[in-house]
Amino acid sequence: MDGFLLLAFLFLVAGVVAVPIASRLGLGSVLGYLIAGIAISPLLQQLHVDVVSIQHFAEFGVVMMLFLVGLELEPRMLWSMRDKLLGLGGLQVTITAAAIMGIAMLLGQPWSIALAVGLVLSLSSTAIVLQTLNEKGLMKCDGGQSSFSVLLFQDIAVIPMLAFIPLLALPELAEVTVAAGDHAGEGTHGTLSLVDRLAGWQRALVTAGAIGLVVVGGTYLTRPIFRFIAVARLRELFTAFALLLVIGIALLMTVVGLSPALGTFLAGVVLANSEYRHELESNIEPFKGLLLGVFFITVGAAIQFDLLVSNLGAVIGMTAGLIGLKMAVLYALSRVFGISGADRWLFTLSLAQAGEFGFVLLSLTVASSVIPVALAEQLLLVVTLSMLLTPLLFIIYDKLIAPRFAKTQTREADEIDETGSVIIAGHGRYGGIINRILLSAGYKTVVLDYRSEQLEMLRAFGVKVYFGDAMRPDLLHAAGIEEAKMLVIAIDERESATELVRYVTENYPHVHVVVRAIDRHHVYELWNAGARDIIRETFDSSLRAGRSALEALGVHPYDAERQVRGFVINDREQMFEMASLYDPEIPAHENPEYVEGTKRYLERYEEAMRGNSAAFGSRLDRGWVPPTLDDLEAEQGSGGTD
Amino acid sequence: MARLIVYYAHPGHKYSQVNRLMARAAAAVDGITFVDLNHDYPRMDIDVDVEQQRLLDHDVILFQFPLFWYSTPSIIKEWQDLVLEHGFAYGSGGDQLAGKRMMLAVTTAGPEDAYTHRGYQHYPLRTFLTPLEQTARLCKMMFPAPYVLYGALKAPKTGLAEAHVAGYRQLLEAIRDDRFDFDAADTMDIVQVDNLPITMEA
Repeated sequence: MDGFLLLAFLFLVAGVVAVPIASRLGLGSVLGYLIAGIAISPLLQQLHVDVVSIQHFAEFGVVMMLFLVGLELEPRMLWSMRDKLLGLGGLQVTITAAAIMGIAMLLGQPWSIALAVGLVLSLSSTAIVLQTLNEKGLMKCDGGQSSFSVLLFQDIAVIPMLAFIPLLALPELAEVTVAAGDHAGEGTHGTLSLVDRLAGWQRALVTAGAIGLVVVGGTYLTRPIFRFIAVARLRELFTAFALLLVIGIALLMTVVGLSPALGTFLAGVVLANSEYRHELESNIEPFKGLLLGVFFITVGAAIQFDLLVSNLGAVIGMTAGLIGLKMAVLYALSRVFGISGADRWLFTLSLAQAGEFGFVLLSLTVASSVIPVALAEQLLLVVTLSMLLTPLLFIIYDKLIAPRFAKTQTREADEIDETGSVIIAGHGRYGGIINRILLSAGYKTVVLDYRSEQLEMLRAFGVKVYFGDAMRPDLLHAAGIEEAKMLVIAIDERESATELVRYVTENYPHVHVVVRAIDRHHVYELWNAGARDIIRETFDSSLRAGRSALEALGVHPYDAERQVRGFVINDREQMFEMASLYDPEIPAHENPEYVEGTKRYLERYEEAMRGNSAAFGSRLDRGWVPPTLDDLEAEQGSGGTD
Repeated sequence: MARLIVYYAHPGHKYSQVNRLMARAAAAVDGITFVDLNHDYPRMDIDVDVEQQRLLDHDVILFQFPLFWYSTPSIIKEWQDLVLEHGFAYGSGGDQLAGKRMMLAVTTAGPEDAYTHRGYQHYPLRTFLTPLEQTARLCKMMFPAPYVLYGALKAPKTGLAEAHVAGYRQLLEAIRDDRFDFDAADTMDIVQVDNLPITMEA
């Protein structure tokens, strides 16, 4: 227990200290974690910590990340990406692997070792690249999307590689084989396996069954389970279920010999249309972030500096060669696939490293006697070093490439701005109408509501509503408050609405807030909290009711309309006047200034009514009052009669 | 029997001295259609389909209004902008109103001598009404001389208002009964209560 606490303390301190510094220096969080890892590595060695096994555990962060990526991708979008996925991804892996294999053979390695090295180094780092792209908001641009396609293909390609690499075993190495370690994140040779002893067709059947289970389960089972959990109204149960879901799928995939990352990605895609999408997202997000952080720290901590120093020239040479080669291949592919401008460079620079799957494959190659241990250790350093350099490549992109293409970049930013969506908190009688109006005008809305029964009904009518409490910052984040144009607060809880207004106007000043107010005093509270677009919930319907009453009493409809308009203007005027006097801390009737102000206003109002002055409602009709005969005289005087 | 529709517009009708009485008289005439635009559309959301059908169902379309700033009250302009669509009232295929008549019943605050080149309004009343006249022409409608009351603010005192209202009723009934002599009216600049071109027999 003490050991665990000490270790957790060490990792957390390293992260909390290094990441803000790195971010402030514009290096990005990934490099911060890596540096933190390097910094604490002597301490970890002193404590005899098994960094590699922590790394395998933390690789689960990648699995979670792919689940989250899947949640953002609807099946339709995935299908529309298929050309890039297979073409760009497939060619990147094949060409890079072949080129590395060729170079390795030129350097005198046997073909089997050369091929294994090629496969290992052809992969890039999903963890670093996706994390950085997300952090920099580059996921949506063409370069980001292309990078993602390639990474996704690589994640899928790992599976056949894991099966294929043991076949390259060299007999002379078999004698020195070390027992393979199991990998929490990846690997078909874990302790749990259903499919090892099955024939090929049975294996295929089990695999298809597992994928079918994820798709069918995700589509039909999550909803009743969520409904079941919602009854308890306990926040942590949702977190528990979200974790259970991801871990369960990862386990299932491991058992049938598939990539857990791929399985959870698939589950994410299946759930992308679900009303619980944002709830799942906000629950998994922190775990993903922490695990990836630990993963990056272990990458930094695992660098064997003695080995690096003794092979400095070779390792640096290989790393530079690897990055150069990968960039050349990526650049060529981007030309072929028509990725242009800043996007081409983003694509080229972002994927030039080797990745965490390299660690997994390397340990497999050693375990199955494909690559000699000494070479594997050097390659491990190359992979690590190339990952360590990736944030620097991103900095090159930020500082040198992006400014050169600044013109095209800003145009793209505008486009994103146009599609920026509206978040509606609360889909009751109030929010529902707002949603229908916005949708019919062609705006994208994200509706949040936490009444599960209501959601079922709305979904049945085809309204897209997500489960979740808008009061939670993480859920607002998952719903995209950063990119949102507007937040409509349509909830009927007074304090919650005020609090939400305060939070959003302080943290996201660019988001326009439209808020539902319960009554006049609530309007003042909301105004104090920073809202400027405040709509009283029953005001407009009361006005219409008043107008209807006037019409039914025989008032000419146009006069009734103008009467009501006059009332609105007076009422608004009074509200503005009284807002400055209202103090949310004191009840209105105990606030002497407020009471005084109201009295003053009413006096003025009555006076105006009695004296028929131009103030208040009567001024509305001024334009329609005919001129007097005196006016007529003056009119004639002013016109010349030449 | 000519099918007659009267469109009345006066947003300040409760302050009106002549138009309100005219409207009341028009509403009381049997066999014609009377529409108070401000009543039907208090928020100006004019129902184009209903209005176009009304136009199709009538032969004479008469607008009754006080002259506001040398033009109609704004709701009549809104009505024109929306109802007189191309393809319906004008433009290609827009001949649905061809052969109908568009007539005006106008009151002015200024006296008759103001609406001359030497008067303080500088132009004759018909000059101010040319946009409406041309609107009718573009819609292939005829534009008979308007029924006019000058000096409407003074009229109640001189008894002219009463006469004008009575004349208005006769005018509407005559149009309804085909006793209004449109040919004679075409030779006139404006029609007033003392020169109504009305015959006894249709």
